[in-house]
Amino acid sequence: MRPIKLMGHERSLTQVKYNREGDLLFSVAKDNAASIWYSSNGERLGTLEGHQGVIWSIDVDPESFLCATGGGDLAVKLWKVETGECVFTWDSPSPVRRVSFSPDGKKLLAIADQVMGHIGTIIVYDLNLDDLSNQSIEPSLIIRTDPNSAKANVAEWTADGKYIIAGLDNGYISKYDSVTAELVDSVQAHGIHNEEKIHSITDIQLSPEDGSYFITSSKDKCATLIDVETFKILKVYIADAPMNTAAITPVKDFVILGGGQEARNVTTTAESQGKFEARFYHKIFEEEIGRVKGHFGPLNTIAVHPDGLGYSSGGEDGFIRVHTFDKSYFDFLFDAERTEKAAASGTI
Amino acid sequence: MSISKEEYAALEQEVNLDDIDFSDLEEKYTVDNVGLDNYVVVDGAPIAPEAKVPVLLKVLKKIFNDVGEVVEGDDGIHMPLENGKSKGYLFVQFKTNEQAERAVKELNGKKLDLKHRLLVNRLSDIEKFGVEGNIPSEFKQPELPPFKSHGYLKSWLQDEQGRDQFGLHFSETFGVYWNKKKLDPEPVFEPRKAFTSKYAKFSPKGTYLFSIHPQGVQAWGGADFSSINKYIHNQVRLVDFSPNEKYMVTLSPVPITMPEGTVDRSIFPFGPESEGHKLVIWDLVTGQPARTFALPPHLESQKEMPWPLVKWSFDDKYCARQGPGALAIYETPSFQLLEKKLVRIDDIVDFEWAPAGVHLSNSKVEGGEHVLSYWTPESPNQTARVALMQIPSRQVLRTINLFQVSDCKMHWQSEGRLLCVKVDRHTKSGKTVFTNLEFFKTFERDIPVEKLELKDVVVNFAWEPKSERFITISRLDDGNINPSIPKNTVSFYATEPAAKGKAAAYKVFHSFVNKHSNTVFWSPKGRYVVVATISRSNGEIDFVDVSFEDDKAKKSPANIKLLRNERFSGMTNIAWDPSGRFVSAWSSSWLSNIENGYRIYEFSGVQLREELVDQFKEFIWRPRPASLLTGADKKKVRANIREYSAQFEEADAMEADARVREAILARRKALEEWRAYRAQFAGKAIKSSDVQEEIIEEIKEEIFEEKEEIIE
Repeated sequence: MRPIKLMGHERSLTQVKYNREGDLLFSVAKDNAASIWYSSNGERLGTLEGHQGVIWSIDVDPESFLCATGGGDLAVKLWKVETGECVFTWDSPSPVRRVSFSPDGKKLLAIADQVMGHIGTIIVYDLNLDDLSNQSIEPSLIIRTDPNSAKANVAEWTADGKYIIAGLDNGYISKYDSVTAELVDSVQAHGIHNEEKIHSITDIQLSPEDGSYFITSSKDKCATLIDVETFKILKVYIADAPMNTAAITPVKDFVILGGGQEARNVTTTAESQGKFEARFYHKIFEEEIGRVKGHFGPLNTIAVHPDGLGYSSGGEDGFIRVHTFDKSYFDFLFDAERTEKAAASGTI
Repeated sequence: MSISKEEYAALEQEVNLDDIDFSDLEEKYTVDNVGLDNYVVVDGAPIAPEAKVPVLLKVLKKIFNDVGEVVEGDDGIHMPLENGKSKGYLFVQFKTNEQAERAVKELNGKKLDLKHRLLVNRLSDIEKFGVEGNIPSEFKQPELPPFKSHGYLKSWLQDEQGRDQFGLHFSETFGVYWNKKKLDPEPVFEPRKAFTSKYAKFSPKGTYLFSIHPQGVQAWGGADFSSINKYIHNQVRLVDFSPNEKYMVTLSPVPITMPEGTVDRSIFPFGPESEGHKLVIWDLVTGQPARTFALPPHLESQKEMPWPLVKWSFDDKYCARQGPGALAIYETPSFQLLEKKLVRIDDIVDFEWAPAGVHLSNSKVEGGEHVLSYWTPESPNQTARVALMQIPSRQVLRTINLFQVSDCKMHWQSEGRLLCVKVDRHTKSGKTVFTNLEFFKTFERDIPVEKLELKDVVVNFAWEPKSERFITISRLDDGNINPSIPKNTVSFYATEPAAKGKAAAYKVFHSFVNKHSNTVFWSPKGRYVVVATISRSNGEIDFVDVSFEDDKAKKSPANIKLLRNERFSGMTNIAWDPSGRFVSAWSSSWLSNIENGYRIYEFSGVQLREELVDQFKEFIWRPRPASLLTGADKKKVRANIREYSAQFEEADAMEADARVREAILARRKALEEWRAYRAQFAGKAIKSSDVQEEIIEEIKEEIFEEKEEIIE
């Protein structure tokens, strides 16, 4: 099916995200307004205006009540989804790379980047849900992600909210206790599957079914699937270009990877060489199944509809493409899966 | 040189006789009892006083001279006398052994008068059996040969992939192979050279494979096709089987003759009563002949033998042979004539058994009745007749009278529900021929007969298995016999559902006109059919679906769609595999000399395989016994057909390529591991926050246009 092309942003996309029900799509880009869209038809619900520069990250709480953004203007902003009004702004010592609500919606984490002499930190705020405009400026927790002078690029809560998983610039994944800030576990997920020199982690997304494992993407042209509990690398998906984002699909056992040639090289090569495609891999067999073309710049962010009905990708080209999966996507099964299904239905 | 008596006696004293080896002399002077073969011993002759002996001798001599030449003079007949009376027996010497044998055969048991019956035996037999000590007086248990297992004879049905087997016969070699679709067939055993001297044949349910040899028929079976049984029948030509593979019928042009030697006789399967017979019914399991027959005299001189000569009822319970003006129906396993009487049917031309038990409306026999149909031609004061007869009661269930009949062909529907009689009739002038089809509905009360009158002459008729649909190939008999003009019509018939006030009737749902097609092969499972042209000049196959499902979704008793048309010049035969999935077509060097070889098609006509084989002779699918699945089982399979096809596709892919095979195995393992990994999270799903789902419906009304009209 033809995707819906959302042309609401003026500059390259930085993150897209669905709310829990999947009816709304939140997007932020390097321009200074976040957008909220109806995912079903691509109509824009509204924009969130207030940031002074690049917005790096957006998140929505489980009830689609609050929405948070973090940007290069040293600000974390809290918005009411219904009205689009900014209810609170935290000041950050450095640009904010990532924001994320805890699974219960009561905490918010933000990553303050390691620039301008600031040491990279993950900051957690306790939200005052009773009086939104009266939030505590003091973070409840500060995690310094800097044991080896590597900064955190991305971070995500585990499904039970007990831990925060951070993806570092050096290809390591770290697990911190969300109460004590203690480093629980750490594993090098990237930079070990090939010879790539740059292996900073670009995205972390939890598995949609129960969050017991997650996917990471990295500039080292790989994506990995890691178990939350044991921190073991379960699967590795090898691509041929730096990956900026990765997502796990519900319903079907697939993962979607997005990326492409570095943005700074784009103008010097043809589109066909840019590898600006969303790549579908089989989650279990690690085999590439197919690609979806459309963007003419690298893909910066991918989000999958929570019901597995489709996905959205945001690219360096400034467009969001909202795809709906058609029947052949759902019908597709590997031989081994078909056999398993047959066995399950008792026909063997 | 001579020696005196004394000297000799002295010499004798010296020589120990035991030391001398006389064996060479003994051998030289042994009296062969072969000479006794010319003698017969006759017992049971009248006891006559000496005065009457010459008269009696004269009478007897005449009798014996009728069957052979009795040696002249006193040596010819010797009748011992005692107390002035003959003793009631005599010895007769014939000139040759054969004459003596004929005398035994023809005169043994001959009645001279009311009181006297001659018993004629060979003198050598008396020597052999009569002399004390030759026959042990004590009974000795015959030794049973140790039981030899041939393994599970139906093992091929247990193939995991449910593949079928076929036999390929090329030049002098015969092999059985697994069908692997596109790939090279996999031999079941190393193809054997000189496996058969004529052809090979599977039994109707596929259990045995038979090869034909000058000495007889050989049965093979089991997983490795080892030898199972031998059926000695000299110069056997034709072989046929009862439908449940209990019996085999063989025919040889050479009459059975008893072998000479006694040793040969003891292993010879036939008794003297079979001498001169050509047709043999064998019990397949024991390997012994169940009954032998001489050919009916009218067939003796015939070059082309109608085959099978013995036709079987569906359950092997009865078999029947047709003789002039009569049917001989035998009961198994005794093979005695039913009620010891022939069924007289004047002028009977042909008969057919119903291929299944017939459920007559008034009968409650489980499994159905045995019914056969036959027809008799027109005679000056009688119409032609087609009749149904119930066996064993011999009750004629239904007869129809027909006139202006030139030929009849009886086609039973596979379940025995319907019998179609194709009646070729000629016009009054006798110049042109046209066909009527008469349908006997055996399951209805009184067996109504429906008639379908056609203008064309039907050259081929075929019922769909287990269905009431059928196909005819017909042409208009317009006197033009140029074979290059295609004018055959292939018509697809089905019953139109009964409309209001109208009974269900057969109707043409589709037809292909102007075709050369001359043969019809229904898939054994129905629905798909192959209509083919098999002729010297051209070979063509049309693959047809008669229940084609398309978007129109109009429920019709027959929706005909030509799936594919394939050409195969030189094609001589076509056969469906027993599962109805594949069609094989081949060009046999017995019938054609161009492009000998075979092809395998999918039921839809997609060619899977083609192989040109020099001196290719025959392609035989191994038949399968009837499925053991119940209707419910089959329904279940049909419902899950997707899952099934998935596994088979996977198996096919693995078969096709070793790399693919490895990949699939790796995937299977990965999948297994993943499932095991996921299993530890089962039931541990964490609920983030419980928000009740709420469905909000909003109805919007939009006004597109508003018009105001002023009504005056």
